[in-house]
Amino acid sequence: MRAHIDPAPDLPQSAIRTRFHRFISPPWFYRFAARWSGRLGWSALLLFAAGACGGLVLAPPDYQMGDSYRILYVHAPAAWMSMFVYAVMAAAAASGLIWHLKLGEAVARACAPLGAAFTLCALVTGSLWGRPTWGAYWVWDARLTSELVLLFLFVGCMALSEALDDRRSASRAAAVLAVAGVVNLPIIHFSVEWWNTLHQGASVARFGRPSVDTRMLIPLLIMFAAFNLYFLAALLNRVSCELLDRERRTQWVAEVARG
Amino acid sequence: MAEFFAMGGYAFYVWGSYATVTAVLVHQYAAPLIRRRKLLRELAGEARS
Repeated sequence: MRAHIDPAPDLPQSAIRTRFHRFISPPWFYRFAARWSGRLGWSALLLFAAGACGGLVLAPPDYQMGDSYRILYVHAPAAWMSMFVYAVMAAAAASGLIWHLKLGEAVARACAPLGAAFTLCALVTGSLWGRPTWGAYWVWDARLTSELVLLFLFVGCMALSEALDDRRSASRAAAVLAVAGVVNLPIIHFSVEWWNTLHQGASVARFGRPSVDTRMLIPLLIMFAAFNLYFLAALLNRVSCELLDRERRTQWVAEVARG
Repeated sequence: MAEFFAMGGYAFYVWGSYATVTAVLVHQYAAPLIRRRKLLRELAGEARS
C-alpha cells in the first residue's frame, strides 16, 4: 500500500516531497479520509448545536428585524461556503488539468454537489429572509443573481463530469468550466459595492468598527466554524467514494474491499 | 416555550430556513456514506468471484 508512488530518490527536498506525494496518492488519502471524516463530522455536529442554541435562544432579537434576523446564522455561513467551495473546486480542477493529479480530479468532482448544496441553502434561506424584510421572496438584485449563476456553474460542472463516457475527459471538461467560472467569485463578492443593491454589505468583517453585539456575533462565528468542519467531513466522504470507484481495478481497492 | 417557537411572528421563515439547511446538509453527508457501503459490498463480491 505504501509503495504506490515511488519518490525520486536523490532530489534535495525529497523528504517533504515524498510526504506530499504519499498524502495525495489515492490509497493514502483513502485511509486518511476514513480516519478523519467521522471525527470532523461529530465536531461539526457539536458546533452546529452550540451555534444554533446561541443564535436561536441566547442572542437578543434585532432592534429592526426582530427574530427574523436569526436566519443569518445559517444564511451567511452557507453563502460564504458556496464561494469557498467553488474556490476549492477550481483549485483542485486546475491541479487536475495541469499536473494530471487524480486526487485533484476526485476532489473537484466531490466539491460540485457540495457547493451546489451550500448555494441552494444560501438562496433558499435568503429568500425566506427576504420575504419578511424586503417584502419579496426574490428580486433580480446583483447579489442574488450572481449567486444564482454560481448555482448554475456548480450544476454545470456536475452535469459535464457525467456527460462523457471516458471519465478523465469528462473530468477535464468539467475542470475547464470550473476554472473559467472563477470570474464569478469577485462579481458575487463586490456586487453589493459595484451595483446599487437591496442586499446589505458586510457587517461583520469590517475592521476597526465592531458593529454587532457580542451575543449575536459569537454564535455566528461558531456557525462559520461548524460549516467549515462539516464541509471537510462531507468532502472526505465523497472523495473516498470517488477514489474507490475510480480505482476499482487496483490492488489497494481490492485490499480495502476484502477488509 | 410557545413564544420561542413563534419567533416573534417569523416562525415560518426562521424554522423553514433551519429545516431546509438541516435537510440538505444531512442528505449531503449521508448519501456518500450509503454509496460507499454499497460500493464496498459490490467490490468485495467482485474480488471473491
